[in-house]
Amino acid sequence: MNFRLLNWFKYASPGTFYPLLDKMIPLFWILTAIFAGLGLWVSFFVAPTDAVQGDGYRIIFIHVPASWMSMFIYIVMACWAGLGLIFNTRLSGMMAQALAPTGALMAFLSLWTGAFWGKPMWGTWWIWDARLTSELILFFLYLGFIALQASIDDPRRADKAGAILALVGVVNIPIIYFSVTWWNTLHQGASVSVNTAPSMAHTMLWGMLLMALCFWMYSIAVALMRVRVIILERESHTEWAKSRVGVAI
Amino acid sequence: MNWHSCAEFFAMGGYGFYVWSSFGMAVVLLSIEPILIKGRYANIRNQLKREAQADQFERDGL
Repeated sequence: MNFRLLNWFKYASPGTFYPLLDKMIPLFWILTAIFAGLGLWVSFFVAPTDAVQGDGYRIIFIHVPASWMSMFIYIVMACWAGLGLIFNTRLSGMMAQALAPTGALMAFLSLWTGAFWGKPMWGTWWIWDARLTSELILFFLYLGFIALQASIDDPRRADKAGAILALVGVVNIPIIYFSVTWWNTLHQGASVSVNTAPSMAHTMLWGMLLMALCFWMYSIAVALMRVRVIILERESHTEWAKSRVGVAI
Repeated sequence: MNWHSCAEFFAMGGYGFYVWSSFGMAVVLLSIEPILIKGRYANIRNQLKREAQADQFERDGL
């Protein structure tokens, strides 16, 4: 085993990873605050009123970042779950478990803001459209993952069962992403795409990207906070966990 | 600048209810989540502290 590989696996152990968390969490909260301030300022005061949708379009500054994060967190969660299955590292399962509630929150926020955007623009809160339905399935996948893990007492077995569910559910992510091109949907096409120029004003795009960065930093901060709790809960029988809480042993 | 008064800002060109329901829900959820985690963190820390103290008493006596 070479040096680099050794170093990498060092942090796969909760005991060595834990001290890093105390440094990373405040950093990501500061970044969240900075991007939230910039993002909200651009969203409300810099980005102009839309010619068609008036000021109702400003929901995009929550809707798109939340939708992106709901999909991205799922992919990251599935990657951790897969790593856990392959290498049998304890931290991987904890990371997947820490990400799921935040992903569910983002999926819910995406559906909620979508409904409040759909009502004034389409005239309906909800429609069984391909994009909306596949996002709802993503929300249920998160809930299923959380419920499955909670129903198995042995954490290592819960990790394995959850990992398989998470990996099978990945098939839904491209379905969500491409739903607007594969089917005729009420939902509009992608606002930002890799190959074509964005179909929106530059300041609107900047607001959306800044808010997306804010959501990104928030998700990292919260997931790290949750993984810190999960590590302590699962390692509560060990001496190092007790020594972390400041009691001399 | 898009707005000439506070009232205009909150009205959001007639879309106030929809815009503020969306941003409001985001603010509420993104505030509650870290608070809940902090509570859970305090619980496990207290539990570990009690266990460490119990170990200490067992070893050194009261």
